[in-house]
Amino acid sequence: MRRVLVAFATVLIAFLLQCTVFQYFSLGGIGPNIMVIVTASIGFMRNEKSGLLIGFFSGLLIDIFFGNIIGFYALLYMLIGYMNGTFSRIFYPEDLKLPLALIAVSDLSFGVLCYVFLFLLNGQFHFTYYLLHVIIPEAVYTMVIGIVIYPLLLVIHSYLDKLDRSDNELV
Amino acid sequence: MSPIVKKKGEKFTLPGKYLLFILTILCVALMILTYSTNVISAPLSNVAGFIIIPFQKGITEVGSAISDRLEQFTQIQNLLEENKALQAQVDELTTENTNLQQDKFELSELRELYDLNQQYSDYEMVGAKIISKDAGNWYHTFVIDKGSDDGIQIDMNVIAGSGLVGRVISVGSNWAKVNAIINDNTQVSGMVLSTSDNLIVSGDLENFENGVIAFNKLVDSEAKVVVGDKIVTSNISDKYLPGILIGYISTLNTDSNNLTKSGYLTPAVDFTHLNEVLVILQLKQQVEE
Repeated sequence: MRRVLVAFATVLIAFLLQCTVFQYFSLGGIGPNIMVIVTASIGFMRNEKSGLLIGFFSGLLIDIFFGNIIGFYALLYMLIGYMNGTFSRIFYPEDLKLPLALIAVSDLSFGVLCYVFLFLLNGQFHFTYYLLHVIIPEAVYTMVIGIVIYPLLLVIHSYLDKLDRSDNELV
Repeated sequence: MSPIVKKKGEKFTLPGKYLLFILTILCVALMILTYSTNVISAPLSNVAGFIIIPFQKGITEVGSAISDRLEQFTQIQNLLEENKALQAQVDELTTENTNLQQDKFELSELRELYDLNQQYSDYEMVGAKIISKDAGNWYHTFVIDKGSDDGIQIDMNVIAGSGLVGRVISVGSNWAKVNAIINDNTQVSGMVLSTSDNLIVSGDLENFENGVIAFNKLVDSEAKVVVGDKIVTSNISDKYLPGILIGYISTLNTDSNNLTKSGYLTPAVDFTHLNEVLVILQLKQQVEE
């Protein structure tokens, strides 16, 4: 229950920040994708199921607000969460390389999928342009912001773990 | 032990794989449903609007205050230099202004003469602040802080300064979502002001980053259209009111069919620094079918 509330608040805060504050910090019209950071981090810190649920609700929030078709972003984010969840077995909190690499790869694949489904199928064939001007800058920026946000999420996560453990000891 | 038969006290949990499968089907179903009908998206976005909009308003206020402050510091030096240059310009402009005022007087007389009551300045408008932008870098959709309570309806035109920004695509009681004309996949029927030739302005992410919008299907058999001509919304557009400035032609090419022309226009609105917009509270007259 506690985890659900915290997760819900995290997603909501990430969404609000991404739509408002981070628009002011966009470089060359490109802003970081906070939702991908949150979805991926919770995925590899917990497991497949948490990742996919978080992804589903983050995506749904974006769909409701900005999507033309409800379910599209929900599906994409859900897949990102699930894929990251499979890495939870080789995840160690001390290691910073794997999380950042996962965040960058997640955002890259998110960008490519967005391009394929929203632009390629719409007759925009100039892939290299979109790759160089949207997808890669977004992934790099997201990774850099991830260096700041991921440790915060890790702190929350390990705090919740500690609470869970002390609850179990009481029982 | 079979996973279906539960031990006493053991919690029933659904494996991730099945959950992924179920939610994927749910997503696809939702996509099909929203693509073909409008049953769920309208009530859902209304609910979300009530929860999210107040937060977004607050954060945007704080965020813009911070970025304004940062900008203030960096700009003080520039401002000092600019001030000097501007002072010189003021003198120049004062002379020019006197001339223009004479012209304006003449113009208003002429307007009365021609009885042009459909002027752009006559539309009733309401000002609104942009409080949130699309999550992601692919589209230029934004949310403004006025909604149906202020008389805004779907398809109302949105302008900023003197140029067209876009139109309202969905509306809640205290918010409205605006689709910008630079958005990929967005088309506006326009015309060249000087010759009344019609054309289609189509938004495109790739061109927007170069600061231009593409237009095509311009029929200009007499070759009178030149670079620099004003492009305004056309009379035959079914969503946009006629005569709103879109931009100025920056390049003009003849298409390979030798019948039509296409090219790029520089928008009259600075889309990257958009903070406040005006919504025209008048809908284009529709012919009922």
